[in-house]
Amino acid sequence: MVSNRLNFLIGIRDTIPLLVAAAPFGIVYGALAISHGLSEWLTLSMSLFVFAGSAQFIAVTLLASSAIFPVILTTVFIVNLRHMLYAATFMPHVAKLPQLLRIPMAFWLTDETFAVASNQALREPDAEGFVWYYLGSAIAMYSNWILCTWLGLTLGQQIPDVTNWGLEVAMIVAFIGIVVPLLKHRAQWACAATAVVSSILTFHWPHQIGLLFSSVAAIGVGLMMEHKAVEKET
Amino acid sequence: MSEWVLIAGMAFLTFLPRYIPFALAGKIHLSPLLIRALHNVPIAVLSAIVSQTTFMRGGELSIVLDNHHLIAASVAFLVALLTRHMFLTITLGMLTFAIAEWLTRFPNV
Repeated sequence: MVSNRLNFLIGIRDTIPLLVAAAPFGIVYGALAISHGLSEWLTLSMSLFVFAGSAQFIAVTLLASSAIFPVILTTVFIVNLRHMLYAATFMPHVAKLPQLLRIPMAFWLTDETFAVASNQALREPDAEGFVWYYLGSAIAMYSNWILCTWLGLTLGQQIPDVTNWGLEVAMIVAFIGIVVPLLKHRAQWACAATAVVSSILTFHWPHQIGLLFSSVAAIGVGLMMEHKAVEKET
Repeated sequence: MSEWVLIAGMAFLTFLPRYIPFALAGKIHLSPLLIRALHNVPIAVLSAIVSQTTFMRGGELSIVLDNHHLIAASVAFLVALLTRHMFLTITLGMLTFAIAEWLTRFPNV
């Protein structure tokens, strides 16, 4: 059996490519927040206490366009709903853990840690090993995010132009690197294709509702295709 | 001061969806259909986010060579498809973007 310490370190190691990809994203967030007039402490506190890249981006952008707080909070909630689906995926793996441990695990749940930990969950049925792996990945992501926010707000004060460098490309290629290996059957390809087309068609819907709609539609298409495939076999 | 209220609200509304399933784990049972649906969640959500940030530049659909995000995403997609290697996908995707930006800014070099 692999020791807890080793599982923790393997969790960090498997997350390294995603740390590299999240770094420019964090830097752009810090620089953007400062250029929109948020104070240094506010910018850093959002990364410390909220810890959700896309939600932080949207909040800062909405603040700059002087949106009212209820609109910002509703948008943040909707954008974060995907985390509920991620957390539900891990339910079998945390069912026997103490509640006190589930709180930090939930707080640190991100797209990136979900991606590596859900792969690990398939390989490692042992619950304890999974927790240490998860914590390694999550703590690495958290430290990296805070460090890069600080770097970004420092850089943003010196090079205001940094927000126009197109650094969000890092997030795009990272997500492609996560999704493409998951595409194994026709149902999964159909799911991805639906999400791609639908999110473009619904782009102009208010408050990013199109993103949520497209995700649900894509999940539905994937399920329908799987159902058909199973029927053919039997 | 009021911005701190916003951060507290955001922190709560971010934590809630992350925690509810963790809190309920072991107390309720998920149907096999729901579990199968959950497997498609990352594919659906991440594809939608990537699609919007890649194809919609400046609020409009942009399928042109000037869209460097699209070029980088296409290279990343091919690399991921052929190698299934995450680190290679990220590195080559970002490198492609850097080269495309550089060629546009300094066309005569």
